[in-house]
Amino acid sequence: MSMRKVAVVGAGMTKFVRRAQETGKELSYEASKMALDYCDLSLDQIDCVVHGTAPDSFDGVHMKGEYLADGSGGWRKPYTRCYVGGGTGVFAPIHGWYHVASGLFDLCLVVCEEKMSSCQPHPQGAFLTIFDHTTERPLGPNLLWIFAMEMNRYMHTYGLKKEDIARVSVKNKRNAADHPCSLLGDADITLEDVMNSPVLAWPVQRLDVSPVTDGAVALVLAAEHVARRISDNPVWIEGVGWNLDTSYWTNRDLCYPRYVENAARMAYDMAGITEPRKQIHIAEPYDPFDYKELHHLEGLLLFDRGKAPEATALGITQRDGDLPVCPSGGLLGVGNPIAAAGLMKVAELFWQLRGEAGARQVPGQPKRGVAQAWGDLMQVGTVIVMGV
Amino acid sequence: MSRDVAIVGIGYTSFRPLSAEVSYKEIMYEAAVKAYHDAGVNPRRDVDSFVTVAEDFIEGTSIFDEYVPDQVGGLLKPNVTIPGEAIHGLATAYMQIASGIADVVAVEAHSKASNVLTMPHVTAYAMDPVLNRPLAANPVFIAGMEMTRYLWASGATREQCAEVVAKNKRNALYNPAAAYGENIEAEDVLNAEMIAYPLTQNDISAHTDGAIVAVLAAEDVARRLSERPIWIRGVGWCNDASSLETRAWGRAIYAEEAGKMAYRMAGIRNPMQEIDFAEIDDCYSYKELQHLEALGFCLFGEAGFLTQEGVTDVGGILPVNVSGGNLGCGHLLDASGLRAVASVVMQLRGEAGPRQLPEVETGLAFGWRGVPTTSGAAVVLSNEGGES
Amino acid sequence: MTAKIEKFPGVYLREADFQEGNVLFNEWDPNAEYAWDTGVAIGRYLAELKEGRLVGVHCRECRRTVIPPRNFCEWCFRPMDEWVILPDTGTVNTFSLCYVTWDMQYLDEPEIPAVIDIDGTQPAVGIMHMLSEVDPDEVKIGMKVQAVWKPVEERQGSILDIKYFKPV
Repeated sequence: MSMRKVAVVGAGMTKFVRRAQETGKELSYEASKMALDYCDLSLDQIDCVVHGTAPDSFDGVHMKGEYLADGSGGWRKPYTRCYVGGGTGVFAPIHGWYHVASGLFDLCLVVCEEKMSSCQPHPQGAFLTIFDHTTERPLGPNLLWIFAMEMNRYMHTYGLKKEDIARVSVKNKRNAADHPCSLLGDADITLEDVMNSPVLAWPVQRLDVSPVTDGAVALVLAAEHVARRISDNPVWIEGVGWNLDTSYWTNRDLCYPRYVENAARMAYDMAGITEPRKQIHIAEPYDPFDYKELHHLEGLLLFDRGKAPEATALGITQRDGDLPVCPSGGLLGVGNPIAAAGLMKVAELFWQLRGEAGARQVPGQPKRGVAQAWGDLMQVGTVIVMGV
Repeated sequence: MSRDVAIVGIGYTSFRPLSAEVSYKEIMYEAAVKAYHDAGVNPRRDVDSFVTVAEDFIEGTSIFDEYVPDQVGGLLKPNVTIPGEAIHGLATAYMQIASGIADVVAVEAHSKASNVLTMPHVTAYAMDPVLNRPLAANPVFIAGMEMTRYLWASGATREQCAEVVAKNKRNALYNPAAAYGENIEAEDVLNAEMIAYPLTQNDISAHTDGAIVAVLAAEDVARRLSERPIWIRGVGWCNDASSLETRAWGRAIYAEEAGKMAYRMAGIRNPMQEIDFAEIDDCYSYKELQHLEALGFCLFGEAGFLTQEGVTDVGGILPVNVSGGNLGCGHLLDASGLRAVASVVMQLRGEAGPRQLPEVETGLAFGWRGVPTTSGAAVVLSNEGGES
Repeated sequence: MTAKIEKFPGVYLREADFQEGNVLFNEWDPNAEYAWDTGVAIGRYLAELKEGRLVGVHCRECRRTVIPPRNFCEWCFRPMDEWVILPDTGTVNTFSLCYVTWDMQYLDEPEIPAVIDIDGTQPAVGIMHMLSEVDPDEVKIGMKVQAVWKPVEERQGSILDIKYFKPV
């Protein structure tokens, strides 16, 4: 079956900061404008707009998509918002992809925004409401619990050492030192720094976690005939996949993200990838916590189950390694404005595959990359494969 | 690739003010089971993707999509939540199929409005936090303001709006699923308690609970599954200004643009002649008139007269809201549009029982997200068509 | 690209900016209250909790018994076949020792959330609850635990009718 080809032709992003002066609308605008300027387009030329943003409780606006519409260019245009929790950042370009692939539109603006800092006294509090209102919320859960429990299960199942997991944090924060928009880039961070950081919810320590952040990212998607006309080097969306597991997360074994595998298979299938370990040159898995990068790498079928930490220790996932992972610096390094963070990874692939990632550039002219986001109650996998 | 898409299954629960005996999961399950039975599919095997429509602050849970897959049969399958009007969800399903990534997609929308104890406050939470919310007024004032402007600009009268209420509530008497069927006169509407001038209590549709699921399929699959697939001839959606201060107040521009897009796709030049009947948002009485004009059925200012002359009655040349609309069935929040779609589908299949319109071929469903939004979506459906 | 663009937008505000009055802001407390219908499945779950019992459901097609109860089996999409009263004992599937509150204040004694696989479920599935009456250093995956209930007159039909689980 032949699908209409769609490419990313422009990208833009704001700095990722702990607390931005800009409103959510302004952040969206800055990113959108940059993306449009990048490919010399005006808003008039855009046929439709897609917005991705995670819980309304952060920005403190119900129907947040409507509120952010004008900042995202969604004025007198077809505009929709898509939402799969943390997976939104990679789902938004997928949503944009089928806007164009359906034949209805030729140029689509994809915008992801998050202004978590609005939520007081601490955005963490908003996460209370993601738990089941009757069977879980009365216990007063905080988000760290569920991550810590998953991390514990993962480490226990495969007999992993904390050091090998902490290495991911070191790698990504160091990588992020080369990202102009990063919040936590640190060229000098060491394994000891991570291992000595205070325990928040064992086994999670403070430097295992990405922080609350504000930011926005935007992409411009174009149908093939338009992409070839306006771009010297379009980056093609070759595969898309998404998958959601059961809400009964306590009924699942958290050691393996089978929903990421399902999403990855869907994307690889579409992209014609039969040997991901050979055919994927860069991976940007979602890394809100260091162990998540490893968890997701295994779900993406790039490493055997339980084996990703070993590969990290061997340096395989460094920028100059055999399979660079999170050359951007990831969420751990650049920051985690939930939906925007996922789109940042897609934007990173865009720049990497065009050879424009500056100091972060992966050597060897990479041709194909995969970006993945995740969210909900350890439930959703969204995957996109891009190539030149 | 672009291929025709049809609705092959519809399922819905009754619409009622309270649904205390079932949880939201159970009410969704009921609608889903009915829809899949109607379509003759097993969701675990035959449905490729699931689209649900929900807003966190209506559900009272952040990242609501976490709780969706189980009861629609979407466990470990592609699922996405669209915070939008239900017809935005339908459009999403349409694009997924047209793009080729899925052959069969289920769309779900529901309302548990009865579970929201502070509805006006939740609605107010959608208003601009800096410029509008501090006014601390019940957001229904926005509809009152718009109605004032609309009556002034169009020449429509409160009496004509009251006729809409009478028509729709009387129509609802023939709809066993409707909550607010009533033999009511325009007088009763005008004399009811004033809520937000010029809207009286009876000008405003009351909320109901309920769930609807629709199953969409690509052309070849649709023909295999259904003897009477209902074809999606055109779909359109648009957002106008989200800001109260800068939006157009008299005309529903979002509806004009959504209509134009849907008509262009459907090849419709003269809606009054080429569309046989319509289910159009009547969240507030005047909205039916405003939307009729915006959707091109008549000129600005004419809809009130058409109503008085009986053109939009069951026996008229353009029956509008034969199901009872929001005023008669009850307002299902963002799920209203899918109720409208279900009503159109039932008519086109000849399954509308006592409400059946004779010899209908093409119908329009249009949904609006309610205050404070300017966001609407339209779909043109027909029982004739498909390529081969 | 990032090689092409030099300046990125985004102004970083600091705590001092707020304290010194350099930044204007307004505040709003959402008034969002809900009364969620528990429905058939969870309604029964809560009623049984009030009686001091855990109840699950069984799907004959998939041959599984699960908790918390649900009206339909999400695997095969059929209605569940039977209610099953389960023992109030189980095994720790995973846990954490949490030293911070939701607004990031440090605690001296950790809270111990856990997923406890309930005996009698098949294949073993769990619920989330807290562990107590145990030394945090002693908690292990695989530990056998038992529910500690509130006295009958204090139970309300809530997950909190179980105070916590403790080692057997």
